[in-house]
Amino acid sequence: MNMNAVVARPFSATARIYLLEARSELLRVWRTPGFAVPTLVFPAMFYLFFGVLLAKGEHGVEQSLYALGGLGSFGVMTPGLFGFGVGFAIDRGMGWLQVKRASPMPPAAYLLAKVAMAMLFAGIVSTLLCCMAAFLGHVSLAPGQWLTLLVTLVLGSIPFCALGLAVGAWAKPQSAPALVNLIYLPMSFLSGLWMPLQFLPAFMQKLATVFPAYHLGRLAYAATGVQPTEVLPHVLALVGFTAIFLALAARGYRRNPPSNG
Amino acid sequence: MAQDRPIIARLEGVSKRYGAVQALDGLDLDVRRGEVLAVLGPNGAGKTTSIALLLGLLQPDAGKVTLFDMSPMQRAVRERCGVMLQVSRLPEPITVREHIQLFSSYYPKPLPIEETLVLAGLTEVADRRFGKLSGGQQQRLKFALALCGDPELLFLDEPTAALDVEARRQLWDVIRARVARGTTVLLTTHYLEEADALADRIVVVDHGKLVVAGSPAEIKARSAGRRIRCVTRVSAENVARMAGVKDVSRHGAALEILAARAEPVLRELLSQDPDLSDLEVSGAGLEQAFLALTRQPQKEAA
Repeated sequence: MNMNAVVARPFSATARIYLLEARSELLRVWRTPGFAVPTLVFPAMFYLFFGVLLAKGEHGVEQSLYALGGLGSFGVMTPGLFGFGVGFAIDRGMGWLQVKRASPMPPAAYLLAKVAMAMLFAGIVSTLLCCMAAFLGHVSLAPGQWLTLLVTLVLGSIPFCALGLAVGAWAKPQSAPALVNLIYLPMSFLSGLWMPLQFLPAFMQKLATVFPAYHLGRLAYAATGVQPTEVLPHVLALVGFTAIFLALAARGYRRNPPSNG
Repeated sequence: MAQDRPIIARLEGVSKRYGAVQALDGLDLDVRRGEVLAVLGPNGAGKTTSIALLLGLLQPDAGKVTLFDMSPMQRAVRERCGVMLQVSRLPEPITVREHIQLFSSYYPKPLPIEETLVLAGLTEVADRRFGKLSGGQQQRLKFALALCGDPELLFLDEPTAALDVEARRQLWDVIRARVARGTTVLLTTHYLEEADALADRIVVVDHGKLVVAGSPAEIKARSAGRRIRCVTRVSAENVARMAGVKDVSRHGAALEILAARAEPVLRELLSQDPDLSDLEVSGAGLEQAFLALTRQPQKEAA
């Protein structure tokens, strides 16, 4: 009887773990009204104001397009910061992560489930805004432009998953939501997602480049053609931010190991 | 009784420190296949730290930790263990069945989900969300997650903490049913009653050290009766010969005597040594006796 032989887990079993883990994470956020409602409703509501009702007259379509890129970027930040970040802080601080770690679960399944959740919600929010732009905001884009915008926004949620992970690794479960709000609201405003940066003082326009949301916003505006720009520097900036946030998260996780709550 | 069975979990001279707190101080612990071992001790004794080390959630500062002769970090080891920790919160909007389904998928040969539900007494609330369960049901779900992989070794960290008497007895019943099927269990508790109800063997720890080990009957016998502490010139050997004395140990200048009744021993002691001083008599229910066992560092286990 060789009980100690290490048997590789079959691929099908591994795939099933990843799927069930992702399903569980989706159900968890979907059934949390405090998450699902603001994540889906707020961006749509703001778009209705800024992209439809207030976007009238000569520059109406341009304003509608601008709001699409800005509020789309704003919308895809939410699942990473609140769903991933706050969820991770709770799991880490209240003991659930300890149970998972002590189980044979592949650790990547836990993280990827949360990334998948964030990207799915990002997809839903951006599709919702695109539909509103097309049907209510009279925006018409080439199919390639719609697709570029959607892909940009969905992939654009990833740096904010990394930021959420970093917040979740440092913050206590009770203080994580406040900390996320403190980062998320000022950052969206200062990155020009709410109103074009031209309306802000010059030093604030310069300051904007230190926020990942600014770079995502630039990419979204470029995708719709409302404000063409060179894409590569912003992509690199987002990759760099992601790496920094992951390093911060790893450091925080070592400093503040999971506890039994 | 289980001395000839193989050791499947072991701490050897393990120390662990958190800042200024020495959580474990050279602790040795063996778990043999098929036994139910209770690690008993007051809060802060090092029970939870011992479990976290055995599960590979913490690394020891000194000493060695093995599970099934392997490092506890290995997946092959984790697939053979079930774990119930003192978790305050599981994801609340997820139902009992969904939780069990997900956890079962981690293991190579899980129990059928319906069977896990039956074993943990959760069939009726299978489709209820975690957040809507009673305290006892939540605790039984945590037990179900430990059980669903059909483990050889179960870790139960204070399984009935914060439960009322009724819910505690229900959980004991489901644990006993599992033990009857031959699963090895390492249980921590600060209730002597719980250790007595479930365990074959009890290890009492305090301040990260082993205080005493034995069968529940031995531990109770040691702790039943009265505990007398005094400074006297009567030798320990002499005291040990007195009627009704079960145990004598020396702590610096003082003798500590465990006796069925205090009065005859005191009469004898005072007649042999009228200058006897610093007399204390304490006793003697199970819980009190257990406190006495862990109140001061003892060397008598050696």
